[in-house]
Amino acid sequence: MRALLTRELRLALRTGGGAFYGVLFFLAVVSITPFAVGPDLKLLSTIGPAILWISILLANLLGLDRLFQADSEDGSLDLLLLGPHPATAVVLVKCIAHWLTTGLPLVIATPVFGLLMNMQAPAIAAVMATALVGSPAITFIGAVGAAVTVSLPRGGLLLAIVVLPLVIPVLIFAVSATHGAVADPAPFTAPFLLLCALSLFFAVLGPLIAAWTLRHSTG
Amino acid sequence: MSDAAAPSASRLWDLANPTRFLNLAARLIPILAVATIAAFAAGLYMGLRAPEDYQQGSTVLIMFIHVPAAWLAMMCYSLMAVSALGTLVWRHPLADVSVRAAAPLGAAFTFLALVTGSLWGKPMWGTWWVWDARLTSVLVLLIIYLGIIALARAIEEPSTAARSVAVVTLVGFINIPIIKFSVDWWNTLHQPASVSRLAPPAMDAVFLYPLLVMSAAYTLFFFTCHLMAMRNEILRRRVRTMRIQAAAGGSAADVR
Amino acid sequence: MFGDYAGFIVPAYVISALVLASLIVWLWLQHRARLRDLDELERSGARRRSAMKGER
Repeated sequence: MRALLTRELRLALRTGGGAFYGVLFFLAVVSITPFAVGPDLKLLSTIGPAILWISILLANLLGLDRLFQADSEDGSLDLLLLGPHPATAVVLVKCIAHWLTTGLPLVIATPVFGLLMNMQAPAIAAVMATALVGSPAITFIGAVGAAVTVSLPRGGLLLAIVVLPLVIPVLIFAVSATHGAVADPAPFTAPFLLLCALSLFFAVLGPLIAAWTLRHSTG
Repeated sequence: MSDAAAPSASRLWDLANPTRFLNLAARLIPILAVATIAAFAAGLYMGLRAPEDYQQGSTVLIMFIHVPAAWLAMMCYSLMAVSALGTLVWRHPLADVSVRAAAPLGAAFTFLALVTGSLWGKPMWGTWWVWDARLTSVLVLLIIYLGIIALARAIEEPSTAARSVAVVTLVGFINIPIIKFSVDWWNTLHQPASVSRLAPPAMDAVFLYPLLVMSAAYTLFFFTCHLMAMRNEILRRRVRTMRIQAAAGGSAADVR
Repeated sequence: MFGDYAGFIVPAYVISALVLASLIVWLWLQHRARLRDLDELERSGARRRSAMKGER
């Protein structure tokens, strides 16, 4: 299993694309926000957590089509799924590798963009924390969408459309937790724990369904 | 094969033969159509005679077409989820036909629920759209429907398409409670102090009966359309198969 | 009868009626198109597989 993980990581890092494009997209969305809403710093810091999270969400979604595509194109996906390890575990490892190279860079890039949005330290920390525990859920839910759209042309766009409604709860709890960390009366722990629960729940369900779909669609 | 199963289950499998289904549909559709028209006539008559509501005035009339549309939007998705199980678990040949037929219908009802909800909300709250929990959930449901329709059209190979659509339908179904919970949560966080929910008025019989009859009318309408759509899908597949065979067999097909 | 709210009630009913009617019309037109396709195919000699089996 560890061999599979290192393989996945090496592949993902070699094509290099994921992290770079994701962070670049993150930068793009954050940068155009002031053009749309005006440079008022107070406003920006108020909507900052929301804008950051929308960017993180979209960057994750748009990178998901790379989860299975490369392996599907050269046929190695079939080999992996038929190999000694259970297909679900294979998909789980692919998701983890994908998150480490796409989701995690976004989390790490958050402070910089938080400063662009004139956010204060507690807000930035809250976004980072929620992104850390919430973006895996996006990857795991997205795995099902990726499995279903794996060999479609324009599959990436369709994937985003299909998966977007399913990740709305992640967005809701993440932003709610962030507001809770910043503004006192609102709770932080409840939505934060719900986020963790979502990630754990879909860590099991997502790869399970994705693996089943991939195994039964080959050929 | 179905000896141990209940009679209704074996009847479902009898219908697995498309031709038999088409015959049944041809008989049922006119009956359902007539029943639909009768129910609409009764419902509209009862509804338009209802008095004005204490709080909502005559806009309560919109309730008679908003609530059934929303109810059908959800019932349709439940039907799709059961059909999706039919595709994945029981491999019923017509299950995929059922899902594909139902999706556009569900989207239409969801759209109607949103439009009538908006028209109901404007006089109540002064804006065309309000992000209250129910309307928002219905909007998310619409996106789910449209995603399924887009996916069904994008996949060429029929059995892959059937499986993928079924998987996405079921994953959506599993997520709907989660989405509903999170939207309700979100709404209570942001709700201003004095907003009244876009809810049906206290259910006096004079409002309840027309509502029930209209709901029945909408339901009958749905099943009429669903059977028609399933029939069309079966015929479409037949045409496609015949075209493929004609292209492959060339003139040899005529000789035999 | 509708009071001030006619401007909302009437469009709501009209749009609903239009959408529901369009559904029926669309389904009916599709049905006719498919029957036409089938007629065309039968005339040009293509046979359904089950019909072919019956002829053997």
